[in-house]
Amino acid sequence: MKIAVLLKQVPDLAEELEVDDSGKALDTEYIKFRLNEYDEHALEEAVSLKEAGQASEVAAIALDGEEVDKALFTAMAKGADKAIKIIGAEAEGSRAVASLFAEAVGTEYDLIMTGVQSVDDREGMMGPMLSSMLKVPCVSVVTRVEGGDSSITVHKEYFGGLMSAFDVQMPAVLGIQAARQTPRYAPVSKVRQIQESASIEEISLNGVSDTVKSEVTSMAPPTKTGGAKMLGSVDELVELLKEKGVA
Amino acid sequence: MHEKKQIHTEKGLTMANVLVITEHMKGEFQDISFEMLGQARKLAAGGSCSAIVYGSMKDHSSELGAADRVLSLGGSDDFNPEAYFSAALQVIQSESPDLVLVGSTSMGMDLAPVLGVSLDLPVISYCSGIENSGDSFEFKSQLYGGKMEVNSTAPKAVAMVLAGSFSADEGKSGGSASVEEVSADFGAGRVKFKELIEPEAADVDITQSDILVAVGRGIGNKDDIEVVQELAENLKADLACSRPIVDAGWLPKSCQVGKSGLKVNPKVYIALGISGAPEHLEGMKSSSTIIAINTDKNAPIFDVAHYGMTEDLFDICEELENSLS
Repeated sequence: MKIAVLLKQVPDLAEELEVDDSGKALDTEYIKFRLNEYDEHALEEAVSLKEAGQASEVAAIALDGEEVDKALFTAMAKGADKAIKIIGAEAEGSRAVASLFAEAVGTEYDLIMTGVQSVDDREGMMGPMLSSMLKVPCVSVVTRVEGGDSSITVHKEYFGGLMSAFDVQMPAVLGIQAARQTPRYAPVSKVRQIQESASIEEISLNGVSDTVKSEVTSMAPPTKTGGAKMLGSVDELVELLKEKGVA
Repeated sequence: MHEKKQIHTEKGLTMANVLVITEHMKGEFQDISFEMLGQARKLAAGGSCSAIVYGSMKDHSSELGAADRVLSLGGSDDFNPEAYFSAALQVIQSESPDLVLVGSTSMGMDLAPVLGVSLDLPVISYCSGIENSGDSFEFKSQLYGGKMEVNSTAPKAVAMVLAGSFSADEGKSGGSASVEEVSADFGAGRVKFKELIEPEAADVDITQSDILVAVGRGIGNKDDIEVVQELAENLKADLACSRPIVDAGWLPKSCQVGKSGLKVNPKVYIALGISGAPEHLEGMKSSSTIIAINTDKNAPIFDVAHYGMTEDLFDICEELENSLS
């Protein structure tokens, strides 16, 4: 079974986000990007499948962009067999990104794994959109994958720990919520070593014309309701807790 | 939370046909179904408000008070991404509604994006507000973990609605809907439902707790969970957490509050190092008293909290420990 893991860079929410002059988009000049955290889980689950002898190859694929080379080399350091970067095409929005990935993966892979969602997918989740374009089934919010010959068994999570198990015929797309274990860490030295010994394959694609869109009219941080009364000291906090019958 | 905008039925509001895909589990409609339906009725502005139901849920159609029409598609009671999508697609193609409402939920994620691509309609995610503005709809989406609100507009769309954004009561009240049986094709059978897996029995049922100490990503380190655990013990509280803590394997699933976790309603909810993504707020915003401690003064948690402190959670834990002992 050959697995493609689709990786996407997203703004790091630990940093302060600001709106640009258009008033409709993030100011990307000072933004720090990081790998979508759910994509990290997708990669971990894919590499775990390979380690369990249930996958023959794991390819990490990403669109060109900020810090993408680092993300791809890191993916290889964590166990991906190869890394592919899609160049020459700009894509904005989940649907456009999905159509580029659809072109890049084609019919080459049995399983396509990606993060279930990302903090910036304003127009739908990329994974299921991609599945629709490839005309293959998709299951989202997956927390467990067991490999098989022509089909896999997955656990899909609903809420409160309630799940369903499904048998899914391959090829298929999976939106991964959480890997079977905490995503592994790749030491900087190992990433550097990979950077020197391995290379990233490039696929050149033309851009996509994404005509099915909604129009953004404004973007702003939520209006502060001033809901929370700010406490000045731990003494105040202790007092409050006592008042509320705690402590 | 932000006030929901009221839809005024003023001149210029155009009648619209709005279709809701209901969700159910174990023979009961999920609250999101009623929440979407109540809002759908307002958005329709006199147009038609229809609800798709699956399996035996047609027997519960009378609960969907706000619907004019209940479209019963049949099929299995067990959710199946491929089957539920295929059936919904056919009905939507023949009904051609102006707006389709789907939950921003585990099930909804398997339906809305695929429907959007198949129907050539834009998909709008994470909606906490939707208005009918005459010739189009206006959507408010919670993006970047609730740190940005994005307003957008489209004449026709598939919208994914965040749980808790609209009143469930309004979806239940109203007239009696006509129930129409619609024959639908449930797809190619490439996805087969095997079984429903119940959550592992928990030591503590946090939905019953009076006091919860909840920890989030701000904790940073597995070993530090103990610090928070001690605080919880001192306060005679139960321990809860946000999703990243469970995904990291630091606390069991039974501790998780939020969309994919549990909905809690304690007297006091103490949020430590939780930023307050919409998915988390959904599970705890109805707590009687919410106290949030987070180093980021802009964290969305402070909008739902009644009391807040912009301090390091470990400092607070330590100082509280000293004050209490």
